[in-house]
Formats: sequence, C-alpha cells, structure tokens
Amino acid sequence: MEWIDFATPKSVSEAVEMMASKGDRARAMAGGTDVLVQLRGGRRSADLVVDMKEIPELNELSYSAQNGLTLGAAVPCYRIYQDKAVIDNYPGLIDAASLIGGIQIQGRASIGGNLCNAAPSGDSIPPIIALSGVANITGPNGNRQVPVEDFCTGPGQNVLQNGEILVSLTIPAPQPHSGANYLRFIPRNEMDIAVAGVGTSVLLDASGQNFVSARISLASVAPTPVFSQAAGDSLAGKAVSDEAIQEASEKAMADAKPINDMRGTVRQRVHLVGVLTRRTLNNAIQRARGG
Amino acid sequence: MPGVTHVQTTINGEEVNFLCEPRQSLLECLRDVVGMTGTKEGCNDGNCGACTVIFDGRIVDSCLVLGVEAQGKEMTTIEGLATPEGLHPLQQSFLEQAALQCGICTPGFIVAAKGLLDQEPDVDEARVRHWLAGNLCRCTGYDKIVRAVLDASQKMK
Ligand SMILES: Cc1cc2nc3c(=O)[nH]c(=O)nc-3n(C[C@H](O)[C@H](O)[C@H](O)COP(=O)(O)OP(=O)(O)OC[C@H]3O[C@@H](n4cnc5c(N)ncnc54)[C@H](O)[C@@H]3O)c2cc1C
Ligand code: FES
Ligand code: FES
Repeated sequence: MEWIDFATPKSVSEAVEMMASKGDRARAMAGGTDVLVQLRGGRRSADLVVDMKEIPELNELSYSAQNGLTLGAAVPCYRIYQDKAVIDNYPGLIDAASLIGGIQIQGRASIGGNLCNAAPSGDSIPPIIALSGVANITGPNGNRQVPVEDFCTGPGQNVLQNGEILVSLTIPAPQPHSGANYLRFIPRNEMDIAVAGVGTSVLLDASGQNFVSARISLASVAPTPVFSQAAGDSLAGKAVSDEAIQEASEKAMADAKPINDMRGTVRQRVHLVGVLTRRTLNNAIQRARGG
Repeated sequence: MPGVTHVQTTINGEEVNFLCEPRQSLLECLRDVVGMTGTKEGCNDGNCGACTVIFDGRIVDSCLVLGVEAQGKEMTTIEGLATPEGLHPLQQSFLEQAALQCGICTPGFIVAAKGLLDQEPDVDEARVRHWLAGNLCRCTGYDKIVRAVLDASQKMK
C-alpha cells in the first residue's frame, strides 16, 4: 500500500471537513474490509483515510415504531444481527447481515460500507431496497436523502460527491402483515460472492390472502443492484397464488441483465433470479403471515 | 519521521507501545514491529483467517485492521492463551486430536475458536463449522479441527 495519512474524526462535521479538504484523494473507511483490500491491491488510491467509527451518528442503531430503523453507516454486521429490535422487525435485514463474509468479517464489515462500495453483488443492498431504505448523506452543502435504489450508479460508483459521507440509513417501520427475505446463490455454504441474489418484501391485506404491494430487488445481475419495480408492481392487488408469484418472477428475470463471468453464465443467472424470486416471495409471505 | 504514529494498546493484558505508519496492518505491526510472530499471514486479504485476533471483544482478521486503529484498544493474540501453568484447553485438544499438520492455520483457528467458546460454552458441530467458515486449512480436511474444538468445549465446562 502507498503512504496514507489516517484521521479519526469525532463528529460528522469534522469528517466532512476532512473529506472535503482532500477531494477525491480522501477515502472514508468503516470496517475496512473492502477499502483496505482495494488500497493494498492498488485498485484504489488515497492520500487520506478517514475512519468513520468514532462518530456517534455513524454508530447509532435505534428503532421506534414511529421513525423505523436508524442504522448508522459504520455499525458492523454483528451488532445488527444481535439487536433485538432488528431481529423482531427486520428479519430480511438479518438474512443479509449474517451472510456477509465469515464471523471475522462480520466483526468489522458495515452495511454502510457494503452500500458505498456499490458492488453489484453487495448482499445487503437488495434487501434494503426491498425495505424502502433511504440513505442519509451529509456534505459541505448540508444534508440530503437518496432512496437506496438510486444510490449506486455503476460498479464501485455511487452518488456521493467529494466531501460527502453516508451518515446512516433509515428503514421505515414494518407495517402489520408485511414480511421480507433475502437469498443468494453461491456454490459454497459460506464465504463467497453471490452468483445471483434476490431481496423481496411484501405487504398483505389483513386476511393474509392478497398482496397489497411488493418490492423486489436483484444482486449480481447488472452493473448495479437492480430495483425490479415491474416485478413488485405486478403483485399489487392480486390474490396470493403460485401463478401471481410465477408472473412476478418472470418480470424479475426480464429485468436481470447479467454478464458471463467466472462465477456464472447469463443463462444460469437469469434462471437463478426466477428461482430466488419465487423462494424469497414465499418466505416473505410466510413471515408476513406471522410464520 | 513525518507521519509515523505512536500507538498505545493492550495486548494479552499488557500495555504495549509501538511506532507504525498508518498504512501498516495490525498483522504487520504485530509481527514485524512488536515481534509477536504467533499470528500468521496466509492471504493478507481477509479470506483465510490465519491472522485472527480478538480485537475489542470480537474476532477479526488482523490483516484487515490498521495498526493505528489499535490505539486505546484491547486485543488477545495466540501468545495470550497459554499460561505458566500450561497450555489452554484448546491448544491441548488440538495436540491430542492431531488437529494440525503444517500449523500455519492453527493460531487463527485456535483464537477464532476461543472467541466462540468464550461467549458460547455450549456448541454443537454445526455451530463450530459455521463459526470457523472464515478460517481455511489446506492440510487437515477440517474434521480433526472441529473435533478438537468440541473436545475443548467439553474440557472447559
Ligand atoms: C473475505 C471477505 C468476504 C466477503 N464476503 C462478502 C459477502 O458475502 N457479501 C458481500 O456483500 N460482501 C462481502 N465482502 C465485502 C465487504 O466485506 C462488504 O462489502 C462490507 O459490508 C464492507 O463494509 P466495510 O464497513 O468493511 O466497508 P469499508 O471497506 O470500510 O468501505 C467500503 C467502501 O465504502 C466507502 N465508505 C465506507 N463508509 C462510508 C461512509 N460512511 N461514507 C462514505 N463512504 C463510505 C469506503 O470509502 C469504501 O469505498 C467480503 C469481503 C471479504 C474480505
Ligand atoms: S492473512 Fe488475514 S485473512 Fe488471511
Ligand atoms: S495445518 Fe496446514 S493449513 Fe491447516
């Protein structure tokens, strides 16, 4: 790794000032599980690495029925899957936090870092899109909010401008009769990069027999995570049935634009999107019914 | 030297001071600066777990931590397990169960397993295998490692 300077700001404003002073030569770091590998491998370079872990807002993990979940951008995965409020209200988020890397990686890796790294395969991004997450950003010009489905702009690219940092994610409180799930396909049991992944959330009516709405998002099948609005919208107002689920999975497959690479072929990935959409929808429905 | 940082940290219960460059990993600092070579380097990119240490109460890959991040923190390395009275039960079980061949992965497995047993004394095979998924071994085929951890968990009760 080339020479870097390292700073540990204690507040959001201090962090923004440091990031802004170095422009594109500054790099934020949360758990470092992406950025240290990239800096060492020469895929990214920086003059200043700014540690986000001592800023209170970036360590916040709080839930209220009114405001939903506030997930600080530097909170590591293990804190997420050990948190009672997340376990009770966001099982779809637990699905992702507990499968990123192994236990050592989960001790450091944050969801904020997973999102900012903007890998098409980032496992936390589809479930957060499915859960209507919003990114809370602060920069030299103040605060702004971006829906997570609009955050990634290309492989390793996101909407953050020089000097801006991701402070937290907000995920609305789950409505009654809603449920979510994330699944990915990997050839091993653990520690691999998704060949394809699907996150879904559903809102059912009080009878549990009809869809009110649904959101579906895909990993590893395009240059960015994909929000398949057509797939989710196709379920709105329909009775829960294998036919409706099949139709949604076909719409999701149509939105998948994968490439052939060493992990999988176009055909396999599109097929997987169909399978995983059906499975995650069924799991989300079961959770929505309280199962 | 400009930019060299003084780090004060606690390793295996003792205060340690060292000087490092911000780009140096905790693994490099432990091995090359402090001279504690028990922690091993396998991949240097987070995949093999050979460099596992307990950092601030959690197991982490020390190759993916910067040395400067150790400022004010506490950590346990493989050197912190045995006492003057003898080996740690995990070390004893690894020997008895022949859970190592070349030994490069062993400190990482033992420290990772300690991280598990310290917080969950009751473990079954599935839990041990899942917990150790971030540790790779090219020699043993894993079975003996898993058996050694289960054996140690019995001894530690
Ligand atoms: C062995 C191994 C296994 C892995 N397995 C998986 C896996 O299964 N699934 C998966 O999705 N990923 C996996 N990863 C990748 C990585 O662990 C995750 O993407 C992780 O969530 C990144 O979080 P972090 O906190 O470590 O990010 P960092 O490395 O600290 O940061 C990642 C990027 O985000 C930027 N950034 C971080 N915080 C902020 C902020 N607050 N504001 C602005 N920018 C910020 C950084 O500049 C950097 O570009 C794996 C990595 C390793 C080494
Ligand atoms: S050397 Fe750190 S994980 Fe392999
Ligand atoms: S004993 Fe050789 S790598 Fe595990």
